[in-house]
Amino acid sequence: MGGTAPVVDMQGISIAFPGVRALDGVDFRLFPGEVHALLGENGAGKSTLIKALTGVYAIDDGTITVLGARTSFGTPAEAQASGISTVYQEVNLCPNLSVEENILLGREPRRRGAIHWREVRRKAEEVLDQLQLGHIDPRSVLSSHSIAIQQLVAIARAMQIEARVLILDEPTSSLDADEVQQLFSVIRTLRDRGVAILFVSHFLEQVYEVSDRMTVLRNGRLVGEYLTAELPRMGLISKMIGKELDALAELEEAESRRQPDRTDQTLFLQAEGLGRKGSVQEVTFTVHDGEILGLAGLLGSGRTETARLLFGADRADQGQLTIRGTSRALRSPRSAIDRGIAFSSENRKEEGLIGDLSVRDNLILALQAGKGWWRRVPRATQDELADRYIKALDIRPSGKDTLIRDLSGGNQQKVLLARWLITDPRLLILDEPTRGIDIGAKTQIQKLISSLAADGMSVIFISAELEEVLRISDRIAVLKDRRMVADIPNDNITMEDVMTVIAGTNA
Amino acid sequence: MSALLRHRLTWPVLALVLLLLLNQLFRADFLSVRVQDGHLYGSLIDILRNGAPTILIALGMTLVIASRGIDLSVGAVAAIAGAVSCMYIYSSPEPASLQTAATGVAIAVVAGLALGAWNGFLVSVIGIQPIIATLVLMTAGRGLAQLVTDGQIISVSNDSYQAIGAGYFLGLPISILIAAAAFGITGLLTRRTALGTLIESVGINPVASRLSGLDARTITWTVYVFSGLCAAVAGLMISSNVTAADANNAGLYIEMDAILAVVIGGTSLAGGRYSLVGTLVGALIIQTLTTTVYTLGVPPEATLVFKALVVIIVCLLQSSRARTLLSRRRRPVTEPSRPKVAA
Repeated sequence: MGGTAPVVDMQGISIAFPGVRALDGVDFRLFPGEVHALLGENGAGKSTLIKALTGVYAIDDGTITVLGARTSFGTPAEAQASGISTVYQEVNLCPNLSVEENILLGREPRRRGAIHWREVRRKAEEVLDQLQLGHIDPRSVLSSHSIAIQQLVAIARAMQIEARVLILDEPTSSLDADEVQQLFSVIRTLRDRGVAILFVSHFLEQVYEVSDRMTVLRNGRLVGEYLTAELPRMGLISKMIGKELDALAELEEAESRRQPDRTDQTLFLQAEGLGRKGSVQEVTFTVHDGEILGLAGLLGSGRTETARLLFGADRADQGQLTIRGTSRALRSPRSAIDRGIAFSSENRKEEGLIGDLSVRDNLILALQAGKGWWRRVPRATQDELADRYIKALDIRPSGKDTLIRDLSGGNQQKVLLARWLITDPRLLILDEPTRGIDIGAKTQIQKLISSLAADGMSVIFISAELEEVLRISDRIAVLKDRRMVADIPNDNITMEDVMTVIAGTNA
Repeated sequence: MSALLRHRLTWPVLALVLLLLLNQLFRADFLSVRVQDGHLYGSLIDILRNGAPTILIALGMTLVIASRGIDLSVGAVAAIAGAVSCMYIYSSPEPASLQTAATGVAIAVVAGLALGAWNGFLVSVIGIQPIIATLVLMTAGRGLAQLVTDGQIISVSNDSYQAIGAGYFLGLPISILIAAAAFGITGLLTRRTALGTLIESVGINPVASRLSGLDARTITWTVYVFSGLCAAVAGLMISSNVTAADANNAGLYIEMDAILAVVIGGTSLAGGRYSLVGTLVGALIIQTLTTTVYTLGVPPEATLVFKALVVIIVCLLQSSRARTLLSRRRRPVTEPSRPKVAA
């Protein structure tokens, strides 16, 4: 790429949202004829950077230069007019229109005011041929094709606009292996024609397969820009995950966390080859009473999917689940809850909070659901439980009748934790219980988890922060590309050990 | 004072009171209630009596809307209920006996429950959007009612049956007593048990509710069955009041009145928190409006426009955005005193 000027040059980009610095002085360059991967964990700022480039968000600071001219796009349409096209994870085309209509939507060639359909077809066929997608019938209805083909049509549409920059945001997350290859061959065709491609994916194998260069972000800051060939997987993972040094300093060393031997404890749950098509495969592990099992893996590796299978939120279609020695097929969350399993979702807002109800109602929801609607938890008991847990978990503000949506993220998380603790579960599955909450609340929650396990409750702990998983767990199950690849006892293993497993090529 | 202004029932109640006072201006005896032959008479009693079917249906509608649904079929269900009971009474060998009336009522109630269960099935099991699912019965239901009555208006002559809509008990119209009882029972059933909270929970966040172990499907089903029951009883009142079943016109557009009553009462169409008292006030506002139209002598062709205007005003008063706009206009005047308000 020596000598060529970057087609996109972003310097010192900063964007702040209320309470959060989403991007902090990030530099990013994109050269013509390269596939550039943008990497980082959840909340690292990848989407924000893309949205800054495409004019969805206004930047607070920094400069964006496109094709040598300083620009600031006010709307995505302006960015598109300058040759920057974005294809999102969810195909945003019109499924009930034909392929050719989708490719030329809004730019149909006209003759005497009416759409010139023959010309529409010719142009659509032309662009499909260029992408070696001649086998797609331009007259067919878009929704009759697989997601993969729809995504390729979206790319064809972008090419028809003569995009100089093509942004692909998680394009492969719903594709199977063959479809990914098809997409990659199109990407390579475009790259060879000089298009600059920004590729966002959480599948590391794919990043290594298709990208020439990568930029890593973490917590809204630039970690660095690297040539793919020069950065080994291990190096990449540690750059993505990093260590929160200041966070570590504030944490007390959890005292006597690991009880030396848990094998004498009763077995609570055993998963053997548990899986679900399109979700996660080959989940095999055991959980004993009082044990904390950590699930490690990168974003999209299948951590949440595993939790949902164990909770009956999704039904497993492969493998076997044994609870307390009896084989069980969990058909719904209700059936899992009846077996003593609780699950706190990573998605607080959509899957946890009942925003318009009070803290009290949210706290007793799971308990009440277990009793059925007829047997209402008496008001006195509600008050007593609410007071006890608000005090024990230091929930603020401490008013029972505050609407839960008015609480901060950390306090909402505590309420959701309490919702399950009230039901006295045998196994508590926590998906990212500490994400997006301040360091104080984080420490409180981690301590709570340790003390619950010490009292005999089993915990499955999921976090994107490997550091945290290592600190809390007794054993660690490692997931990679939606498969479980290892189950390691946590004695004196280091982050590097786990990273090696995550990085291992096709275990 | 500001807490009172912010309470969600303040504006609807105010609107109702203003409407009543407006009537009083035009008819001096409007607010008076007198006893005649041991029965209570007066415009207020008329409003309650004529509003009873709307109140009943609006009760069921409130719970359906709280669960994030809507039930458009209530008018048709009311027509079917009237049709089956009248048809039974009409064709029975003893069309005037109490037992016949009771059986007719029972058949209508069972029909209402079954039709509600059908709606609930479509929404909760099949997963059809509520507005579409109940639209099916809204249109098909009128046809069913016509089939039952063979397209005729079926008149019955049964004193016991007529009592439901036109009779008196302890000086009060029986229909008012039925509506009051339904209101009380619904309140107790939803607020003394956990049902109300669980319905709200499903309405606010169905996904989170399921993950908390709630059986959202059964709850959704229950509210539609309840709505069907309310509609059936309302249909009995309507047909009993005129001692006839009119498949075409019984309960026509009553779903619109009921939905309006719910919305005026402060329950959001998006589901979630509901207020039965609010719905009651809403239904009374709508009924009072109808009466007002006659009191004021609004020409019949302008009646609907007049109603619409009042409803728009009430809804605007409740909309927080409209209120913000109004207060923004006034802000320059209140600006100097604002810090004090904040403190």
